[in-house]
Amino acid sequence: MKILVILRMVPDVIEELEVASDGKSLDSEFLRLIINESDNHALEQALLLKERHGGTVTALALDGPEIDDVLFTALAKGVDRAVKITGVEKGLTTRRVASVLAQSLPAVANVLPADMILTGCQAIDDLDGQVAPLLTQALKLPYLGLVTKVNVNPPAARASVVREFSGGVRGEFDVPMPVVLGIQAAEKPPRYVPVAKVRAVMKSARIEAVAAPGAPQAPAVDIVEMKKPEAAGRAKMIEGSPEDVAAKICDILAERGLL
Amino acid sequence: MAQSIWVLAEQWRGKISDATYEVLALGREIADGLGAPLEAVLLGDKVKGLAGSLGAADTVVVVDHPSLAHAGPENHGELLGRLAKQRQPLAVLVPMTNVSWDIIGSLPAQMEMPFVNFCENVEASGGKLTARCLLYGGKMQATMAPEGAAIYGIMPGARQAEKGKVEKSPAVEEPAITPVEPTVKFKNFIEPDAGEIDITQMDVLISVGRGMQNEDNMGLAEELAEALGGAVSGSRPVIDQGWLPLSRQVGKSGATVKPKLYVAAGISGAPEHVEGMKNADLIIGINTDAQAPIFNVAHYGVVEDATDVLEALTKAVRAKKG
Amino acid sequence: MADTTTLDQASCEQMTMETLRNFPEGRNIWTCIQCGLCAGTCPYGEHMDYPPRRIIGLLREGMLDEIYKSDSMLYCVACYACKAKCPRGIDLTGILLPLMKEQVLINHPELPAELQKALENMLRYGNPMGESPRKRAAWVKTSPVPVRILSEDPTPTDVLWFVECYTSFYPRGQENCRATAKIFNRLGTDFAILGNEEKCAGECGRLSWETGLFTTLMEYNMQIFAKYKFNRIVTSCTHAYDAFRYRYPVLGFAYELEHTTPYFARHLDKLKPLMTKKLNYKVTYHDSCCLSRHNGYYDGPRTILESLPGVKLVEMTHNHVNSICCGGGGGGMWLDTYYKTKGFERLSERRIKEAIATGADVLAVSCPYEISRFEDALKVVGGDNKMIVRDVAELIAEAIE
Repeated sequence: MKILVILRMVPDVIEELEVASDGKSLDSEFLRLIINESDNHALEQALLLKERHGGTVTALALDGPEIDDVLFTALAKGVDRAVKITGVEKGLTTRRVASVLAQSLPAVANVLPADMILTGCQAIDDLDGQVAPLLTQALKLPYLGLVTKVNVNPPAARASVVREFSGGVRGEFDVPMPVVLGIQAAEKPPRYVPVAKVRAVMKSARIEAVAAPGAPQAPAVDIVEMKKPEAAGRAKMIEGSPEDVAAKICDILAERGLL
Repeated sequence: MAQSIWVLAEQWRGKISDATYEVLALGREIADGLGAPLEAVLLGDKVKGLAGSLGAADTVVVVDHPSLAHAGPENHGELLGRLAKQRQPLAVLVPMTNVSWDIIGSLPAQMEMPFVNFCENVEASGGKLTARCLLYGGKMQATMAPEGAAIYGIMPGARQAEKGKVEKSPAVEEPAITPVEPTVKFKNFIEPDAGEIDITQMDVLISVGRGMQNEDNMGLAEELAEALGGAVSGSRPVIDQGWLPLSRQVGKSGATVKPKLYVAAGISGAPEHVEGMKNADLIIGINTDAQAPIFNVAHYGVVEDATDVLEALTKAVRAKKG
Repeated sequence: MADTTTLDQASCEQMTMETLRNFPEGRNIWTCIQCGLCAGTCPYGEHMDYPPRRIIGLLREGMLDEIYKSDSMLYCVACYACKAKCPRGIDLTGILLPLMKEQVLINHPELPAELQKALENMLRYGNPMGESPRKRAAWVKTSPVPVRILSEDPTPTDVLWFVECYTSFYPRGQENCRATAKIFNRLGTDFAILGNEEKCAGECGRLSWETGLFTTLMEYNMQIFAKYKFNRIVTSCTHAYDAFRYRYPVLGFAYELEHTTPYFARHLDKLKPLMTKKLNYKVTYHDSCCLSRHNGYYDGPRTILESLPGVKLVEMTHNHVNSICCGGGGGGMWLDTYYKTKGFERLSERRIKEAIATGADVLAVSCPYEISRFEDALKVVGGDNKMIVRDVAELIAEAIE
């Protein structure tokens, strides 16, 4: 099987997010980026498929801060090839990311056509579009998102895929290949890779760099203002030790007839 | 024809979803604010009969065809793209739910319009629309004012569904347009395990998130649930880890619950979870992060380790019950 | 038996599976007489398919592969009991077992989820809890006395106080911080901390498999130390102490080093006149594995405790070199759920029952893990109305009015 996994970095919300002085973007001084969680699941799913069916997995990402670590980690986990697209403007919104990817993929040797393109189906910074379906539109491929299970029987040209609905209900779909799948969760939690292995890979392997063929074709989006949310109704905070808090909550529950 | 505000009417398993009514309520406000008609666009297989319940809209545009049984970019998205080019809506409002997820993703390309995601509110003012969006798991709010027609992804809870249920018969239009048969084919639904607790029926839910740290601590939640006569539910990460079965998941891919008491223990309060519990009568959030978005939706909040509070609370409840 | 190792000894960090036999400590492994004292004294020895004795037997036969495929190594909590009892003085805990664990990780990297998360957090955020590194020095605002942070004020200092993760982030640990700061202040110690620049010393990552993680943290910390001028490092964490003493020398660590408990013991004459509040506690002391069994440090904490006014010291059944580990080392801190699925008794619960049996009011400890593990165990066995857990630093501070 030939699988392409697209990885993207998003702000790490473990850190306190601050607004930059322009009032419309994130302050980058202490901003750290982390791999988009569902992209990490897409990577895991790709590796699981490779383990089951053989073939190759290529991990691809736009160049940017902390991306080398992520790509080397992907290589250490078992990906065969890591490619980064360089010469890309920083801070692109997701619609423009999708546009750059759509233009760049054909410029990378031997990556298309892939049997499957896997990437996360959502991200916390998807302000003006989801990367996966937009990329799919540009590549004129079929798409299914919110995927949690992938069953393939190579060399058959179709796969059976499970997608989440709501209320715990899921749906089974029959998809053609090539296909783009937006992964919600891999069949197993993303694997661990020993740091020593990543360090070794940093010395022995290479990340291929391919220049983006052009500027994004999608319009830039105009953020008028960004700020920390003012909650319409913020919670009444209960202070004190856990015992104090428990007593106060019991009072509240009693008032409401819940106790 | 007059340009109108569109609401994508989402139907699933024969019913119009609550999310649709929420978006209709919002759509009505926007349409009135801009002095434009409101159109609900209803696509599906054997859905014509549902058009009558979309009375909040002035017109329901229906395309009823077997190829439209399951919403996806190839059938729904493609058709909507063509319709949009013909009818030039001023704005397209789409509910952000799992059912409509994939179309939300493809429409910006198919309609060739800008897209504004995570909208918790959209307002009309001076002939223009401004949207307030929640980003980064709820930690930041962005204000967007796109030029011209745009697609808006509306977060669940933006308006009360009741406001979108209007007892009026809308005009129904059935444009002559044939959808494309999708290559992605639906096979069957997989129902969650039966014989398990139905969390949507519980009065009290003790809900756990990543902040509970490990599976061992589930016991603390179970004890409190038992003491209060409720059940344990959880956010997606907890289900993904296997600490709780799928049937206990609250949120976008899980259940929407409306219990009398919802205790969110170690849950950050990201939008995907909040949409599943925001209408609970009494919400108590417990999280060590004072900035956690859960405190924006909870009625009461505690900045403490959830395991400590659950433990103390169980003791206190049992003592009070005697 | 337990020897007090000196700082001249070759760094544990230098040895690998391939180079073991080039070092006397490595060659010593082959002198094993297969007596089984290691397996017998190991707190989880009954559960291990491959206790140290069998590992050495297989090592001699070149049959280590079967160990690499088993999860037996996950049960080692790096408590040094086997090393302490070995009649040959083989450094099982410091050298052989971590090498075995490393190979197991390489061969089947499916770690229990909680441990995996802790290791990933250590790498990314410099602490196993996954807290933002920018909150590491947040506790300073709550300190009763000024605490200088070197990145803000790099004036040379006498003591670089390496606070460590559990003490910095964990609410109960922060009480230890406040107590320690107060004691330093009353002693007139010139001290400063690294604040947000500090990252975990990495010992538990090291002893639980992850040499690459440890090397990354070690390189980072050495580079930070090089930025500032100080005379000695005093650390609140016994594991950090071990890391600095036995492993960091491979990168040239040569600073004077002490854990807070021995530091306070050394200054007891100055502390005694300050400790005026009568505590009226019956106290039992839990010898921490790293400080006591590994480094032979038993008397200091007892001397401190006995000089606290109104304190009577009692010993648990297993004390000094026979002390039973709380189960937090070697990754055990994040393996409780895993051990539960295997049906093992939690070591902290085993130990707390011994503590309660002494009739003491207070269980005194020296390692940050022990506070959380023993307080948890007290709740589980229903003893939390009988006993409290306090770090030696907290007790000293309490006695100082």
